[in-house]
Amino acid sequence: MPEQLMQQIINGLMIGFMYSLIAIGLTLIWGVMNIVNFAHGDFLMIGMFTSFWLFTIYGVDPLFSIPICFLLLFVMGVAIYRFIVSKVMKGPMLAQLVVTFGVSIFLSNLAVYLWTPDFRLISSTFFQGTWDMGDFNLSKPKAIASMGSIITSICVFLFMKKTKIGKAILATEMDRESALLMGINTERINSISFGIGAALVGVAGAFLSTYYYIYPQVGGLFGTIAFSIVALGGFGSIEGAFIAGILVGLAQTLGGFFFDPAYKYAIVFMIYLITIWIRPKGLLGW
Amino acid sequence: MKNFTAKPITIAGAVLALLLIFPLVITQTFPIHVMILVFMFGMLGVAWNIMGGYAGMFSFGQAAFFGIGAYTSSYLLIAFQVNPWIGLILGGLVAALVAAAIGYPCSNLRGHYFAIASIAFSEIVRIHFNNWSLVNAAEGITIPMMPESLANFMFHSSKLPYYYIIMAFLLIAVIVCYIVATSKMGYYFRAIKESHDVAEVLGINVVKYRLIAIMVSAFLSAMAGTFYAQYILYIDPESVMLGAISIQIVLISMLGGAGSVLGPVLGAAILVPLSETTRVMLGHRGTGVDMLIYGFLITIISVYQPQGVWEWFTRIGKKIK
Repeated sequence: MPEQLMQQIINGLMIGFMYSLIAIGLTLIWGVMNIVNFAHGDFLMIGMFTSFWLFTIYGVDPLFSIPICFLLLFVMGVAIYRFIVSKVMKGPMLAQLVVTFGVSIFLSNLAVYLWTPDFRLISSTFFQGTWDMGDFNLSKPKAIASMGSIITSICVFLFMKKTKIGKAILATEMDRESALLMGINTERINSISFGIGAALVGVAGAFLSTYYYIYPQVGGLFGTIAFSIVALGGFGSIEGAFIAGILVGLAQTLGGFFFDPAYKYAIVFMIYLITIWIRPKGLLGW
Repeated sequence: MKNFTAKPITIAGAVLALLLIFPLVITQTFPIHVMILVFMFGMLGVAWNIMGGYAGMFSFGQAAFFGIGAYTSSYLLIAFQVNPWIGLILGGLVAALVAAAIGYPCSNLRGHYFAIASIAFSEIVRIHFNNWSLVNAAEGITIPMMPESLANFMFHSSKLPYYYIIMAFLLIAVIVCYIVATSKMGYYFRAIKESHDVAEVLGINVVKYRLIAIMVSAFLSAMAGTFYAQYILYIDPESVMLGAISIQIVLISMLGGAGSVLGPVLGAAILVPLSETTRVMLGHRGTGVDMLIYGFLITIISVYQPQGVWEWFTRIGKKIK
């Protein structure tokens, strides 16, 4: 029992780190422009497929396709912001909500059309198998992906705190009007934030592709879970999203372990509901 | 609804008469089936509109109420031989109670937060029904065959009775929505939609009116759910509680025009035949082309016509005058 529990905690942490990285991208977009990106999970899917095809056609290891995923998703994010999302920012609330749903349905079915709805796996990556740690097993690709997620999150954190663009993003998040008055081009900040948000989930996709099934509808579940994480962490808070991702990962596996695995995602959604009832600003929101 | 005067009433009467004779003239099953779906989704859209279009609570989880309605009547029918018509009312009541239970804690949530809460709620309901052995879990419920009659809510030889029943349901929903929209309550709803805080300051009991909107909406959605169960005669969580149904309902209302009584009906009349025919023509082999077009359309509509097409009709109506 304790070994099993230890294993569950490790698994929870592993998936939690992936959730963190996915949610950081989402919270950035949400915090800066107050747009809920329902296509976030589909960006993840695009990242996973990019890494899959680079591996299958050119034999590029997923770890090396990370920069490519980052760039591709960044460009895609900026384009989607410029041509679609920015056009509804001043429109009715409902249109703001629905527009990214349209993008989501479009992207996931484009993937079905191009690549069929089949499930795929990347067969042999650089890191494979498990490390035996005595009490528990540590899957190598999962451990590497977790490390990558932590490093990427730290990079984002430093980027936001140290660079000029990062500070401008934070300023826009805090007070758009004042940021505009201080000479920040908030429109440009919007598209950069959307791009970075998409790029981060693209990186998460590349990491996730090393051990998770790759299929067109994979984004739906991860996207919805990411909303719960963003709510728990506090809307717009990067540190919050990171911590909440780990907590949700743990809650999901431990809930499955002690209660019923079939309900593990229901537990995640309960966390969202409870968070917005009890503490609407989340753990670290303001 | 300012220009809903003598002329539009004649138009409405003519449309109604046309719809009444439609299945007598066109007797193929496919068009009738599509029309039944148009009415059903029109009804679901009208129900969504009461809470979304008027009271400003954008629910992306209406499939939960639809499913609860379908499940309540079907379960009562197979377990206790309760007549589906009684099941229809009980299903509506159960859905309204569930709606109140979830709506009360959510009564201070706005915009995005409410939308995501509704998704979370409907996903929890779907996951639970998928694992709930009392209602056969993921296996679903097959509605037992009974002799065909209006009292049994079951017809085998023709789709015609279903057509008229759902048309009557839609009319009921439209009338309920019209009463709500033109009553004092309708003005409260719109005030809440415009600004939650201002409405509260003006002395409107926001929590109470939001709950009423959610419960009425849930009741009507559950009625459509019972109809679906009696029409298809088989339900499972993946067919009546799927997120795709919730999204379809929102899109229908937005395309038609959220916040107008007949907007969602118009939206259903456009979107349902479109998605049914593209599915039949392009959706074979699971290529996803039909959904691809669908997603593209949604994006275009929300960018270029977010007020919905009902607005065009009212504009044309004003010009004629």
